[in-house]
Amino acid sequence: MTETALSLRNVSKAFGNMQIIRSVTLDIKKGERHAIIGPNGAGKTTLFNLISGRFRLSSGEILLNGARVDGMPPHKINRMGLSRSFQITSIFHRLSVFENLRCALLWSLGYRYSFWTPLWRQRELNATTNSMLDELGLGSRRDTPAGLLSYADQRALEIGMTIAGGASVILLDEPTAGMSNTETDNAVELIRRVSTGKTLVMVEHDMKVVFDLADVITVLVYGQVIASGPPAAVRANPAVQEAYLGALAA
Amino acid sequence: MKKGRSVQAWIWIAALVVAIAMPWVFYNYHTGRQSGFVVSMLSQMGMMTILALSYNMLLGQAGLFSLCHATFFGIGGYATIHFLNFAGDGALPLPLELFPLLAGLAGCALALVFGYMATKQRATAFAMITLGIGELMTTAALMFHHFFGGEGGVNSNRMIGHSLFGFKYGPSIQVYYLILAWTVISALLMLYLTRTPLGRMANASRDNFERVQFVGYDPRMVRFLQFALSGFFAGVGGGLYAITYEIVTFDALAAPLSANALLMAYIGGTSAFGGPILGAILITLLQSGVSLMSNSWLVYVGVLFITMVIFAPNGLMGLIAAHGPIVSAGRFGRLLVPYARVLVPGLIMVLGFVGLVELASFLTIGAAQGKTLVLFGKPIDEHAALPWLSAGLCLIAGGFWFSLEARAFRKVWDAIMTELKPGRSVA
Amino acid sequence: MEIVLVSLLNGLVYGMLLFMLASGLTLIFSMMGVLNFAHASIYMIGAYLAFTVSQYVGFFPALIVAPLLCGLLGAAIEIWGLRRVHANGHIAELLFTFGLVFIIGRSVQMAWGMLPMPYRIPQILDFPLFTFYGQYFPAYRGFMLLVSAGMLFATWLLLKKTRVGLIIQASLTHPQMASALGHNVPMVFTLVFAGGCVLAGLAGVIGGNYQTTEPGMADSMGPIVFVVVVFGGLGSLMGCFIASILMGMIQSFAVVINVSLFDLIKPLGVTLSGDNLFTEFMTVPVARIGALLPFALMILMLLFRPRGLMGTRDT
Repeated sequence: MTETALSLRNVSKAFGNMQIIRSVTLDIKKGERHAIIGPNGAGKTTLFNLISGRFRLSSGEILLNGARVDGMPPHKINRMGLSRSFQITSIFHRLSVFENLRCALLWSLGYRYSFWTPLWRQRELNATTNSMLDELGLGSRRDTPAGLLSYADQRALEIGMTIAGGASVILLDEPTAGMSNTETDNAVELIRRVSTGKTLVMVEHDMKVVFDLADVITVLVYGQVIASGPPAAVRANPAVQEAYLGALAA
Repeated sequence: MKKGRSVQAWIWIAALVVAIAMPWVFYNYHTGRQSGFVVSMLSQMGMMTILALSYNMLLGQAGLFSLCHATFFGIGGYATIHFLNFAGDGALPLPLELFPLLAGLAGCALALVFGYMATKQRATAFAMITLGIGELMTTAALMFHHFFGGEGGVNSNRMIGHSLFGFKYGPSIQVYYLILAWTVISALLMLYLTRTPLGRMANASRDNFERVQFVGYDPRMVRFLQFALSGFFAGVGGGLYAITYEIVTFDALAAPLSANALLMAYIGGTSAFGGPILGAILITLLQSGVSLMSNSWLVYVGVLFITMVIFAPNGLMGLIAAHGPIVSAGRFGRLLVPYARVLVPGLIMVLGFVGLVELASFLTIGAAQGKTLVLFGKPIDEHAALPWLSAGLCLIAGGFWFSLEARAFRKVWDAIMTELKPGRSVA
Repeated sequence: MEIVLVSLLNGLVYGMLLFMLASGLTLIFSMMGVLNFAHASIYMIGAYLAFTVSQYVGFFPALIVAPLLCGLLGAAIEIWGLRRVHANGHIAELLFTFGLVFIIGRSVQMAWGMLPMPYRIPQILDFPLFTFYGQYFPAYRGFMLLVSAGMLFATWLLLKKTRVGLIIQASLTHPQMASALGHNVPMVFTLVFAGGCVLAGLAGVIGGNYQTTEPGMADSMGPIVFVVVVFGGLGSLMGCFIASILMGMIQSFAVVINVSLFDLIKPLGVTLSGDNLFTEFMTVPVARIGALLPFALMILMLLFRPRGLMGTRDT
């Protein structure tokens, strides 16, 4: 059981009369790089929202490292080792890049809601933040307000913030959306680097990225899993080809 | 960056020196006393600074639009007045200098209760709850006479004969220095707070509620604690209010004071820490000065406020800060002429507006009060057409001219800013 | 029995007046996400304008002219003010309407002076409609009920039966979708804002001589209207209606209830001694704290059911 990082059992979600997710069952192993693909409106982001606690399940269970997390508030799920990025870049746009990363580290380094600890004197915290900055290639942008960064830099920052807290399961929602080819390659490199030793689940539309990174691919169509397995198998699957005509030719 | 910070620090130190020395500038050698008016205004500035800074902990730092801030100021005041009475009866052996601390605790306690309710919601719903709380407290203050003293309020005597430094606190100059000390202490504490985990996460929750959850924090708890702490400092201000005036009425927790806190923080600038200080000083100055000359003070403030909301949402500090890069690049000289060209029509426009407002005001209100409008010693007949026409002309013509010059100014500004931009980065 | 009937009728009249104000505010709030703090100020302007206009052409023309003028004012505010501020964010919009309160308040004082205006009920409506138990029910109140019900009906017709109404309804619950469907949402916004102001102005016309027309009327009506809107819930006119009548009844009945908390527990043999805050709290009769009740209710509602009674959207 401890082999499985994230487990979804008969997860369903309906908004009013509209059934968005229909009884999805999925097991994601530890250390796996798992991509979820599917046409627009298939429910991929909704699935993420269910896993990360943003939406409540209509039925089913979600287990993180063996413990049930459905129904828990997002920050609690985060503390249990799951973190995510968002489709629309979600950072603290008025804070500097440095501050953004530092905020992402605070809880994991034990700082809690302290209003007496002087942040500028926390050597370990600041050193860790600086080294993360360099790892992300954002060292030169240290004091820039995050809202003023280029789009690709913002996405990189967000990825950094997502893994900063030491989460063992990382959800990335369309991490390379809107990027040029060079930017995408850099992003893939970064993602590969930061996800070593962790479980990565990502939603992606860019097939090149998917086949580059993923060990396992799940195909979601109209809220249902129609195929799940290693890339070659999924590629050859006739149901997938029918649903996703042409897209897998790449 | 570092150079900018130490320049800022020196400016605030200079301001502090001015604050300490100011009463002595207006020393009347005949009566051997400082000007009562100046000391009173400076004291008011101190209290309002604390109020505005504590309000900005919510609005500027945590993104919480609260409409009941005066409630905590008022509770601090009422609590202090009662404590002073206990002390007067000998039941509370505490030096006067520490009373604001008690007031702060009272404010914090109430803020914990109300904050628990209010922070369950976000944005507009939050504002609504605080509106309800504010009205609730004001109405309660008029109903429950024991604690609030009804319409007449509660009074006391601050000369309780117990002090850390041996002062009697009879003369108002002594009280002023007490206020100044507490203002400096509170401001420094609130500044310190912005550099702590809670302070930073409050900023974060203002910027992005959801991301806060995904770095492990409960944004509601962050806002709740921030609310409670801001209530503490508001209470401190209220305590000083009680000590200064020796009477507290329901005005100390009513909506107009909450609105005042908002005005001061916003006009001064919510993005910079010192903005509310600037706002508090300015508004108090204008309120004392302008309201003596004109009873249309509220209209001017309202128009100023709305103009800032539309054109300068970062307040005065924001406007000043925007000049920062230009000044340090040595290009400020290029703005001098454009400024002059904007200032002249701007003044004419403002003059026209003020003229119309004053004329209208004297036509109805002033007439009822039996006053007439006097400009430079010459009485002006508000029923004649000429004053109205000239004021209207100033406003319209000045307005047109101003918009032309403003556009030109904008062009110069943008040109300078483009020159100063760093080279585009390759992603 | 007499008291109950009187309070019931008065509560109904006041509740309908509240509903006229609150419905405009709820429409604006639901659709644009902006809480128009100056709504009660428009109410006040409606009353003052009605007074002035009726001095020249009589009450009934004023009934039409004054609300229209308020609508024009609302449109002007939306086009030249609110729209610009929209780009600066939610809080900026709130601040803007907040600032309007000061300006409008003082302007009214400057234009009409600080004393209450002798805005009287028109002669032809000043007679008792019917009597009961020795009390009479003024015809004007009946007129108020008529106007408010009529306005309700007209609004309902507009929303449910016309195309514009359909678009407004859609924008009430799904503003982004309506925009995505290609409707000129900014124009609809201006229309809704102006419409809300027309309603507020109309409320002012008939409310101004029911209550007193004086500079403080916005400050006394404003908070209660917000309570009603929040209590009834966003996106729901029915919720707004129920909340208005409820608040009207509470205010009306509270002033005649002379019971206090202490009176309730007295039969248990509890006695209170001493003269302090606690005893004061226990012995204050409901009649005295009537003004508190709406706010207490609103806070409770926001705590336990943030969507309000029948809200369809989160704030």
